[in-house]
Amino acid sequence: MTERLQIQNLYKIFSNAPRPALEMLAKGGNKNEVFEKLGAVVGLNNVSLSVPEGAMYMVMGLSGSGKSTLARCINRLNEPSAGKILLDGRDIVPLGEEELREVRRTRISMVFQHFALLPNKRVIDNVEFGLKLRGIAPAERRRRAEEVLSVVGLGRWGYHFPHELSGGMRQRVGLARALATDADILIMDEAFSALDPLIRTEMQDELLRLQRTLNKTILFITHDFQEALKLGTRIAIMSEGELVREGTPQSIVLEPGSDYVAAFTREVDRARLFDARSVMRAGEPILQSERGTLVAEAGGAGFVLDRDGKVLGTLDAEACAQARAGDGIAAPSGDYVSVSPGAKLLDVARNYRDGRPIAVVDDQGRFMGSLGADDILARISSTSPKTSSAGERHV
Amino acid sequence: MFKADDLAIFPIDAWIQQSVSWVALNLRPIFLAIKWPVENLLSLNDWLLHAIPFPIFVVGFFLLAWRLSTLGIAIFSAVSLIAIAVLGVWNEAMTTLSLISTAIVFCAVIGIPIGIWCARSDRVWNVVRPILDIMQTTPSFVYLVPVVMLFGVGTVPGEVAVVTAAAPPLIRFTNLGIRMVEHEIVEAGLAFGADKRQLLFEIQFPLAIPTILGGLNQTVLTAMVLSVVVAMIGAEGLGLVVLQGLGRLDVGRAAVGGIAIVLLAMVLDRITQKLAAPKTGGRSAARSSLFATVARLFKGGRPDETVQAVTPVKQAL
Repeated sequence: MTERLQIQNLYKIFSNAPRPALEMLAKGGNKNEVFEKLGAVVGLNNVSLSVPEGAMYMVMGLSGSGKSTLARCINRLNEPSAGKILLDGRDIVPLGEEELREVRRTRISMVFQHFALLPNKRVIDNVEFGLKLRGIAPAERRRRAEEVLSVVGLGRWGYHFPHELSGGMRQRVGLARALATDADILIMDEAFSALDPLIRTEMQDELLRLQRTLNKTILFITHDFQEALKLGTRIAIMSEGELVREGTPQSIVLEPGSDYVAAFTREVDRARLFDARSVMRAGEPILQSERGTLVAEAGGAGFVLDRDGKVLGTLDAEACAQARAGDGIAAPSGDYVSVSPGAKLLDVARNYRDGRPIAVVDDQGRFMGSLGADDILARISSTSPKTSSAGERHV
Repeated sequence: MFKADDLAIFPIDAWIQQSVSWVALNLRPIFLAIKWPVENLLSLNDWLLHAIPFPIFVVGFFLLAWRLSTLGIAIFSAVSLIAIAVLGVWNEAMTTLSLISTAIVFCAVIGIPIGIWCARSDRVWNVVRPILDIMQTTPSFVYLVPVVMLFGVGTVPGEVAVVTAAAPPLIRFTNLGIRMVEHEIVEAGLAFGADKRQLLFEIQFPLAIPTILGGLNQTVLTAMVLSVVVAMIGAEGLGLVVLQGLGRLDVGRAAVGGIAIVLLAMVLDRITQKLAAPKTGGRSAARSSLFATVARLFKGGRPDETVQAVTPVKQAL
């Protein structure tokens, strides 16, 4: 995966003269000290992160944590005080007005918390807005707007005014407007926070559905950790203008790294968050014969695999012991449960049948590992770090 | 004992007299240039309003009022116009109306751009605001002094006074309307790459229109007041009727002028008030665009009907 958007050592000081504040931060001063001594508010303090192409990157934090400041720095609605914002490797911080407009028109679009639709224009005109600013011909932008409206499920509503629509529908218009410009980066600033809980859930599902086909690079700002877990491929947690934790949802819940983050992760429904891959044990080959390879299963039994690594069947603990003792691999039984590596533990538990071993197999049917009921229970209940996933970072 | 009058040692009145005379004499081309468009538009309006036959004017005004506001206000307007005719001051009322309508045009052409400029630059606003404060606190009576000195007496100088007095509210409301446009919507414009011109014409100005129309209402009322006061410097119209009545101690004549002024003022106020808040269906529905406002002039039916026809459809998604 290529890195679409990289933020390097970004600072934002809300002050006319940010330099002394920046120097103070560089010497190890914190947000409160800067405010007391210089009266300057630190919005962002040395934030670095990297958003890969196609990611749903969640920036999570409480109010005042700098998450919205970060989002607004990326399309420079807020001017960064120092640092770099690399868009496909090109720094957009030094861009002049003209070039910046071009980036805003074609590369980065935005969805707002309170929708920010033009109340005096019809839905279709709102969706066309970005294209109109770009100077696209009326017929062409109308065609495009109708297309995008039907993608978000509002095909019939184009010729109504925003005030005739419900909150959820209005935010669909906001989303359609952002999608219409074909920008590949989407900034969603608390996009669902103003919606009712039920409609919010629906919009989250809708976004996940759309993202599967659109494959945009999305930077999603939220104060809701559950939302971050549900939508995110990666999560960055911010506090006091700093990035305190960054990683995949599962790795953050597994290893919060600080009490601040742990406060969010404590109430998480682990059975819905963790997947089979995160708890499975890679099977050790015990022995090989013409029948196949016997690998150990989590609960003491074993799986027999063919030459391609596909599961032929299972042997119970007794048959495994016999095999070890030199009796050869007996005919395996089909009495096991297979799950995909992405299956959530809740679904694995639902499929679990008394005593049957569980095999994790990839979409080609190849054996990846196995998990036992005790593994699932341990993961669902544990609050202490146990294993560590790849690709995480403590700050 | 030391008296206040002892301090009056400078001939300040003479200085002002001399400097204004100097200005009037040496900058005469400038004042003539200001006077020229005012004079021409005013005489055109005056001619037009007097040329339209009375019944056609009443019917036309009724229809216009109906489309801009409500049927009730339209009926009230027609009845008021007939009452003015019954009072026997129709021609004077038309002259006053021409003063006001001309003032609206000049105030809009001058006031709205200045208001926009003020909204976009704090520095400009900081300069303009005290000037507006002075203009709006100055009694209308005092306005007449410099006007007479620089432009002379008569209906056209009177119109200049009307325009200068009526423009400040429109400047204020334009500035306010643009500054009040929701921050997030302005941000959305910027985020989608609007340049300054697009930001103004696509977002700020259309969304400020209800507020600007509120300013227009204030401007019309101020123009109404001034159009009466300028009778003192020789402007014609309903003000002159009152002035003549007072001069001759003819209470009846003065009262007739006064009643006609009140009727005309109420008609103009009601219509422009409805313009500023044309719809009743919720906060967002109250916003309108320049296009919609103008379109209402041509489209049939009352504006309220269109709102009722599309009652908010709340459909849970």
